[in-house]
Amino acid sequence: MSVAIDGQSRPRLERRFRLQWEAAQQAHVLLYPEGMIKLNTSAGEILKRCDGAATIAEITAALETCFAASGLYADVVSFLEMALSKHWIEVDA
Amino acid sequence: MSAVAPRPGPPLWLLLELTYRCPLHCAFCYNPLDFARAGRELDTEDWLRVLREARTLGAVQLGLSGGEPLAREDLETIVGHARQLGFYTNLITSGVGLTEPRIAALKAAGLDHIQLSFQDSTRQMNDFLSSTRTFDLKSKVAALIKQYEFPMVLNVVLHRLNIDHVEAILDMAERLGAEYVELANTQYYGWAWHNREQLMPSRAQVERAEAVTREFREKRAGRMQIYFVVPDYFERRPKACMRGLGSMFLTVTPDGTALPCHAARMLPGFEFPNVRSSSVEQLWVESEAFNRFRGDAWMKEPCRSCPEKTKDFGGCRCQAYLLTGDAANTDPVCDLSPHHSLVTDAVARAEQRCAEERPLVFRTAQNSASLSR
Repeated sequence: MSVAIDGQSRPRLERRFRLQWEAAQQAHVLLYPEGMIKLNTSAGEILKRCDGAATIAEITAALETCFAASGLYADVVSFLEMALSKHWIEVDA
Repeated sequence: MSAVAPRPGPPLWLLLELTYRCPLHCAFCYNPLDFARAGRELDTEDWLRVLREARTLGAVQLGLSGGEPLAREDLETIVGHARQLGFYTNLITSGVGLTEPRIAALKAAGLDHIQLSFQDSTRQMNDFLSSTRTFDLKSKVAALIKQYEFPMVLNVVLHRLNIDHVEAILDMAERLGAEYVELANTQYYGWAWHNREQLMPSRAQVERAEAVTREFREKRAGRMQIYFVVPDYFERRPKACMRGLGSMFLTVTPDGTALPCHAARMLPGFEFPNVRSSSVEQLWVESEAFNRFRGDAWMKEPCRSCPEKTKDFGGCRCQAYLLTGDAANTDPVCDLSPHHSLVTDAVARAEQRCAEERPLVFRTAQNSASLSR
């Protein structure tokens, strides 16, 4: 029952997760019942844009602008596929 | 002369045991046997200050436990303050006292998640093991948790008397709509230590329970995540308890005593600091009690020269003390420990049902008073 994602998908954080910046750890963390995942910079930057409104294409464009980079789409999608498989995010089918 | 230790990392996990009062009397409770002699509970203002100070240090996961935290009438105030500070707030409860007005107030205060305990899958066993009539009430509370859209962790402590019911327990959890189930094999501290001979399952029981859990995971492949917390007495390497004392975990007990793990209170030769007379930063960074087992300078052989010491930190200090009489020894769960036979002997006694005839001692104030006399 895997949901495919593409450039037009609008990912959002799964309800049971909360994303926040932790100054003490100098990192974004994903908080969930009795657990915490410390995110690296790119994971944090992608997830904080997953608001259910922006498409993956828009998220990629925003990242490419912010980090003066190009060709990030494949990396963004592969990270989000992993996040989806771990139920960190969800998308409408 | 000792080198200056590096500043410890933040106490990422803060556990507040708000009260030792509890409507349940579970025979496997990790609370200290002498809880009835603990001093006066902290006031609301003390708890709020602890939250602020710990959050400043970097604490982010908050457990609200006890006893039964709902016995505190200021629980909603504490949750609201914690949430405002940015904590992820976990309520760890028996469910007793979680009425609809209170769950609505906790939702409004920003509570993130509820962990609800069950003792077994049937009314008869649940009520026997908790020495209360609470099964029907817990089922109603589970429905309220779903109604108010909290993620729900269902926690069941496993031991000889209920470990054969794992499949029924998992069915029940699925029926109740739990997102997570913790099948937590009993860890032998506090009341569980006192009742160890009556609670320890046989190896065959443990293996069966693991197999049933594995099958259930494969068969259902649902969204319910199942954690099977292994019973360390049946292992050959110790658990990485608290990832080392003083590394990331801080407990504050009802009377304000600060501990590097929730069972540490019974370790002898310690002066544990109290939040009434010490700031969280002082006690976390400077107190001798929190520094004693940091790093690896305290380790004895076989840990000291063992390459695995960075993985398991020598195991559990409380278990080392309870079994060998010295908290600095290698956790005897490790088969490299010269005391490992203390663990295998206990398992062997469980196989032989040596202690079948003795009754469980339930966690009541009366039993606490008579055991700590």
